[in-house]
Amino acid sequence: MNGRNHPPDRADLAWLKAKAKNLRRHMVAMAAGRGQGYLGQGLGMADILAALYFHEMRTDPAAPRWRERDRFVLSTGHYSIALWAALAEVGVIPLAELPTYGADRSRLDMSTLDSTPGVEVIGGSLGHGLGQAVGMALGVRLDGLGARIFCELSDGELQEGSTWEAAIAAASFKLDNLVAIVDCNGIQADGRIVVDIEPIAEKWRAFGWATQEIDGNDMASIVRAFERARDADRRPKAIVARTLPGKGVPMLERREKAHFLSIGPDEAEAVKRELEESGD
Amino acid sequence: MTNPASISGRTLGMGVDVALEGRPSVAAPFGHALRLLATEDARIVGLTADLGKYTDILPFAEAFPDRYFNVGMAEQNLIAVAAGLARSGKIPFVTTYGVFATRRAYDFIAIACAHSAMPVKIFAGLPGLTTGYGGTHQAIEDLALMAAVPGLAVMDPCDATELTSAVRIALAHDGPIYVRLQRGNVPVVFDAASHSLSFGRAMALREGKDIGIISTGLMTERALDAATALAGEGLAAGVLHVPFLKPIDEGAIALFGASTERLAVAENHLAHGGLATRVVETLYAAGVSRPLIRIGLPDRFIECGSTAYLQDKYGLSTPRMFERIRDFVRTGAS
Repeated sequence: MNGRNHPPDRADLAWLKAKAKNLRRHMVAMAAGRGQGYLGQGLGMADILAALYFHEMRTDPAAPRWRERDRFVLSTGHYSIALWAALAEVGVIPLAELPTYGADRSRLDMSTLDSTPGVEVIGGSLGHGLGQAVGMALGVRLDGLGARIFCELSDGELQEGSTWEAAIAAASFKLDNLVAIVDCNGIQADGRIVVDIEPIAEKWRAFGWATQEIDGNDMASIVRAFERARDADRRPKAIVARTLPGKGVPMLERREKAHFLSIGPDEAEAVKRELEESGD
Repeated sequence: MTNPASISGRTLGMGVDVALEGRPSVAAPFGHALRLLATEDARIVGLTADLGKYTDILPFAEAFPDRYFNVGMAEQNLIAVAAGLARSGKIPFVTTYGVFATRRAYDFIAIACAHSAMPVKIFAGLPGLTTGYGGTHQAIEDLALMAAVPGLAVMDPCDATELTSAVRIALAHDGPIYVRLQRGNVPVVFDAASHSLSFGRAMALREGKDIGIISTGLMTERALDAATALAGEGLAAGVLHVPFLKPIDEGAIALFGASTERLAVAENHLAHGGLATRVVETLYAAGVSRPLIRIGLPDRFIECGSTAYLQDKYGLSTPRMFERIRDFVRTGAS
């Protein structure tokens, strides 16, 4: 087997934070333009996505289908706003295309379809991502590639039984090239998490995954967790990331936790101003 | 209560053979065909969900242990993992029972395979009344469910010859396909040297002006037998074999329908939602109107029992099929 697609050991945290800020700028602009979107979740994921796309993953923006690339599977396809921001910032899709988010005939759909470059699976029917990530991890291992699979899934998605079918299989197949990022933002369609799913990290450990629990909005913690997840120890890796919906925009952080945010025309400027003024 | 002294049939193990008594058959044609093809094509991988032994995939698994994945009793994950393997360039052949593939993993077949245009090949065992284990195991509505999925090809092969061809056709097809799997000793109806199966094509096996039987899957063997028996009574019966429910050969169905005075559609499936429904739609659209009977299962779940007993009770056996068609031709009784 070839070596793992290991990134450089040293991460420039200030630069990565600046990248996360750019992702947030893109997302706010997209949501303001459309007047709505899964902005809260996207803002919460921005730091993790910046660390993945600008440090941890080996990809080639000019060749999104490069065979040896690391793959990012967005299981929650309706967080597409965050993925479009990351793909544009990294150069897979043009920045100028972002304003088409959610518009008729746009490639930047409200929920991901795999016809857009950089999208690895059709997400959005929850509980679909991790099993497909298991298959990808098996496939690249069969081919002797060093590629790794990073699969985002949400805390609400842990209620889907298929997630745990996949978790059992990944441990059984000893897929140490698979990293699950469990984005725990505490909300789902009907509001705050509606059935008790804690303790989340203990569940992943019990299923045989090397599990870390981190502040998913702290860049140093994120980078460190990804570094630890590189171990070729024949165990899949889980990173339980606690994220804050709306992170970086105080007025959205404080808003009653909404699954789907509307941003009125009168609010857009205030949201942008708060993002620029905030440290995140 | 049933009188114990009157019991003759037995509910056999799940591994009951489909082959009719006294007819030629071959063992595990699917697994042997897959093993042979996998020696030629390194992209092929095999998956099952704790039913390797019961879906004839073991010849492949034993030859290629590194390319065989048993995910345990988890059919949603079975299909998801297969789709993921396809995403990394593999061609997954997946086995489980039809009931589990279609009822438990429907969303995964629809989105991760069909919507995603992934080349996942699903070979699903125990179609219709080929098991005596009742409604939990008899896939009686799988064709209806699968034919409803956009972009999914659906096939019900007749015999070992077609099942062997189906493996190659599935590989060549650029997309997902659902194939009904006969396992164990599978009948040989067609001569492998002369039988030519093409993707999406039906084939007229016999012509007859009194009645045309349109059939799929194992019912085609019985349709041919029934046609022979009808000829013995002076009735000319044709047979059109339709191995592909999707894409369905509309042209062949319309042509065949117009060539005969009346029609019978025979399928090892509910009488609604499967072949008969597609045939009626096709004929109506083509402006072909003929008296028609449907030989298929009623709108209910079927009980446990020996397959011979059940097939006879529900009209899928050759004698019952023959009688019903004969009476239909002679008296118009449906």
